[in-house]
Amino acid sequence: MKAITIQNLSKTYANGTRALTEVNIEVEAGDFFALLGANGAGKTTIIGILTGLVNKTAGKAVIYGHNIDREFEAAKRMMGVVPQEFNFNMFEKIQDILITQAGYYGIERSAALTEAESLLKRLGLWEKRNHPARSLSGGMKRRLMIARALVHRPQLLILDEPTAGVDVELRYGMWDYLKQLNQEGRTILLTTHYLEEVEQLCRHAAMIKEGKIIKHDAVKNLVKMMDRETYVVAVRDMRELSGFEEYNLTVVDSHSFEVELNRTTELDPFLAKLKGSGFVITDIRPKGHRLEKLFLDLLKK
Amino acid sequence: MKKQWIAFQAILNKEVTRFVRIWSQTLLPPVITQMLYFLIFGKFIGSRIGNIEGVDYMAFIVPGLVMMAVINSAYVNVVSSFFSAKFQRNIEEMLVAPVSSWVIMAGYVSAGVLRGLLVGFLVFAVSCFFTRPVIHSFFMIFIFILLTAVLFSLGGLLNGIFSKNFDDVSIFPTFVLTPLIYLGGVFYSINHLPPVWQHISRLNPILYMVNGFRFGFYGLSDVNLFLSLGLLIVFIFGLILINFRLLEKGVGLKN
Repeated sequence: MKAITIQNLSKTYANGTRALTEVNIEVEAGDFFALLGANGAGKTTIIGILTGLVNKTAGKAVIYGHNIDREFEAAKRMMGVVPQEFNFNMFEKIQDILITQAGYYGIERSAALTEAESLLKRLGLWEKRNHPARSLSGGMKRRLMIARALVHRPQLLILDEPTAGVDVELRYGMWDYLKQLNQEGRTILLTTHYLEEVEQLCRHAAMIKEGKIIKHDAVKNLVKMMDRETYVVAVRDMRELSGFEEYNLTVVDSHSFEVELNRTTELDPFLAKLKGSGFVITDIRPKGHRLEKLFLDLLKK
Repeated sequence: MKKQWIAFQAILNKEVTRFVRIWSQTLLPPVITQMLYFLIFGKFIGSRIGNIEGVDYMAFIVPGLVMMAVINSAYVNVVSSFFSAKFQRNIEEMLVAPVSSWVIMAGYVSAGVLRGLLVGFLVFAVSCFFTRPVIHSFFMIFIFILLTAVLFSLGGLLNGIFSKNFDDVSIFPTFVLTPLIYLGGVFYSINHLPPVWQHISRLNPILYMVNGFRFGFYGLSDVNLFLSLGLLIVFIFGLILINFRLLEKGVGLKN
């Protein structure tokens, strides 16, 4: 079962800006899918079209079998949306925000109260339920947005840069929660600037540039496309790096340097040579953000 | 259908909670303003005017002042709330949900009508401290005040849909609505105007609403009541169709 099918989706804004050009994306039910792209690439436009905030110019979008042109009401019931910016009424009480949102989906007040209590407890907002939204911290507001998107129990959760601007602790907490939601069977479509987030969470990703999909594959396949890997090597004391011209080395500080190696190259000869030159290795680790490098490489093409 | 009914209740409940929560901005000011009108025009100046069409001047202006409060409150409630929802983007909560355009319109307009009627009732209650209005036809009072509140709530929604900034919210009420209300026979009977001004006044739609409402109290009207009701109904249907079409297309709401 496909959660999302997008075919030849195009959007040209009234001012003539072409935001999307024949975009094709398929997301399987239960997948954790990332939409990657620079600012203005068209990610939010895609989400806007799927959720009814943007009118498409051409193409087709189907959510769990419901074509948004013919059965938008049914399609909307399948989706929960967490937008990029806080868009709830700051003067409303937190619990009221959820109850009202549930009402928009036709959920009776008694059922909405039960669901709201469960979500607010799960997201650590229950104690604040009678406070106005403006009194919440930034992290709590993010969680409230997620609770609001889930109050009608959607099959598909769409998150537009949900961890933008949140601290590391909260980001990791949110990752755990999103993983749980996905494990419970919800399909998640995520846009993000944190490519580490994609590597940690997502199984599939599409990269978008200037309104066109430039890559659509499993995240593990995208990572495999990287033919080189950068390692950070920590040493007790930095010494002269002469004799290592065959390697691409960059000194980071007085106790570490980076080395870029071919992914097929074994590390042992390099480490042996370091030891032979008197280096005492205290740590070695991949630099990470491999996807980020691939992403930048693809954007340059 | 039941789901849409629940969605309607959600919008109405949210809107009513909003204007009741800020009652000192939404309910109190029109009551104070109209009380000042009663004092100044009714008590101080009115005592020198005497009767109009056989009705004490203070009592004569009651229907017009109630109607003025209803029109302003119904209109401002919808335009300010709808624009505020656009400005803060919480209108998106509704747009991403399966709420039909009919329900969005009905929810906002019903809240505007409720605020208009509540303010109208409060102003009428205050007027009873100054004079004792009589009731000629309760049905006519009810039908005219209800239809007028519906019409101006729809007008507020139309204004809210097109508003792009706070200036847009206040331009129509300040420069069009207020002059039309003041010149709509609130404080006088157009029979006392020179013929040319009588003809000009008859182009003002608010004259028909004020007179229809006044007829409910005293059985007096400067205009044909069937024409008044007809105009109200035609304007209401026109605005319903226009608003529905705009909401369906997402004008001012979607990109």
